[in-house]
Amino acid sequence: MKILVCVKQVPDMESRFRPDGGGTWFEESDLAFRMNEYDEYAVEQAVQLKEQLGGEPEVTVLSIGPDRVNEAIKKALAMGCDRGVHIQDPAPQGKDPWQIASVIATFAGGEGFDLIFTGMQSQDRGSAQVGVLVAELLGFACATTLVGFAFADGVVTATRELEGGIKGVARLRLPAVVTCQLGLNIPRYPTLPNIMKAKKKEILGVAASGLLQEEPVAATARFYPPARKGGGVVLEGEVGSLVEQLYGILKEKTTVLR
Amino acid sequence: MKALLVCEYREGTLLDSTYELLAFADRLGAERALVLIGSDAALPAGTGTLYLADAAKYGEYNPDVHKRIVLEAVARSGADCVVFVHSSYGWDLAPRVAAVLRAGQVSEIVGIVDGGYEVGCCNAKMRRTVAPKTAKSVLTIQAGAFGATGIPAGAPQVERIDVADGATGVEFVGYEPAEAKGVDLTRAEVIVSAGRGVGKKENVPVIEGLARALGGELGASRPVVDAGWVEHSHQVGTTGQTVSPKLYVACGISGAIQHLAGMKKSDFIVAINKDKDAPIGEVADVLVVADVMQFVPAFTAKLQ
Repeated sequence: MKILVCVKQVPDMESRFRPDGGGTWFEESDLAFRMNEYDEYAVEQAVQLKEQLGGEPEVTVLSIGPDRVNEAIKKALAMGCDRGVHIQDPAPQGKDPWQIASVIATFAGGEGFDLIFTGMQSQDRGSAQVGVLVAELLGFACATTLVGFAFADGVVTATRELEGGIKGVARLRLPAVVTCQLGLNIPRYPTLPNIMKAKKKEILGVAASGLLQEEPVAATARFYPPARKGGGVVLEGEVGSLVEQLYGILKEKTTVLR
Repeated sequence: MKALLVCEYREGTLLDSTYELLAFADRLGAERALVLIGSDAALPAGTGTLYLADAAKYGEYNPDVHKRIVLEAVARSGADCVVFVHSSYGWDLAPRVAAVLRAGQVSEIVGIVDGGYEVGCCNAKMRRTVAPKTAKSVLTIQAGAFGATGIPAGAPQVERIDVADGATGVEFVGYEPAEAKGVDLTRAEVIVSAGRGVGKKENVPVIEGLARALGGELGASRPVVDAGWVEHSHQVGTTGQTVSPKLYVACGISGAIQHLAGMKKSDFIVAINKDKDAPIGEVADVLVVADVMQFVPAFTAKLQ
């Protein structure tokens, strides 16, 4: 069995974001990047499946972007993936989800993967499209938003999170794509010995331009901070004073302090 | 513009989100048609054409089957855009439809700005405007972002849709019900919620203490529930409970879009966060810029 995990590198979401020169995405300088949180669950689930199957499947981790994304690939290798693929693209944010999916599908189609794991969405763009589009382009079965995963006798049992705590259970025949939701598992921390071992694992470099076969179908016009609630008050200062101020506001504006 | 609105139906029930789709179509000024994989016994109100496929025949959600039915409705209606709610149904099905139509998709729309669609990004800290570049487009709207029309008058003109069997690699097995409710937050007048900024499980009782002092209930954001600090019945947000108390106090919650969707209808919102730029500030009436674990015990003491 051949398994692919697609990971994205995103900025730390605690960062302060400002528009870049083009005004359509964030300025990258000063930002610290890490693996997209949803993708950590995807990596963990792929590695758990490899362990369940006695180490037989080969797990490839793929990421698209500039050189810095090698850090995310190395983390996945240290978590237990076998080989990395870096699809080199200096500015992946210029591609829409359809093009990103097309690049992944072109690569994956040539490699004969049986099962593809992705996060259900990225924390920065949040379109929740790429995984499903990859499945459509490859003609694979697909289930999204997994909070449960089981594999037996060639069949994936996917537990999907629906609204209000309800879950939906589906069976998927391989080949398949699954997209992972937070809480699916507990992603492991790479240990020092595994980090050292990962340094010896292969990372194949492939140019995105050779894989892209699609024109964009959507375009970002502008990137900007949200408007704040009109009349919202920001209180700053030392704790004692903040306590008094908030108490006064709640007394005046609400009926909960009697 | 003609919009095809994809209604949701689960286990014999039409979901209320249908009326949010109608509100969005009104905002677009679009002529509308609807498609429903459901039953005659649970039709949406309102006039217009409704393409109806019988859920009794097609079963509960199978993405490949629902894709074919929606595509048939797109062809029959001549719609320019296909609109879903950005729900577990919509985000699963919309890209499948978009892929076949080779249509540009815009996900989780929160507004319409300068002719483009406004969406959240960077965990809701920022916004983008996105425009499809194709003649047909696929849109998903954020639950709650456009309100609902209320139940409109009239009844739709029903046209039946049947599609031939086709290949599917997906088999629906069943639903698992929500775990027995520990707490019904929808009735609470005050909710004090714990987020990741609380730091660790041992700190949750401090937040609970404030909830008690205000005569309210403990709520929580998703990461806190996933980490096992608080049980699921306390979760506020898209996959938890949607609440509208008189007072909502968000403690150490940055304000992911899914959390905001569950609490932004609260009458009065107080957020306590170290980060002045946290997206929770977008909906907060008062943002207290402070460390939760310093501020909350002091505020609780004042109340007592």
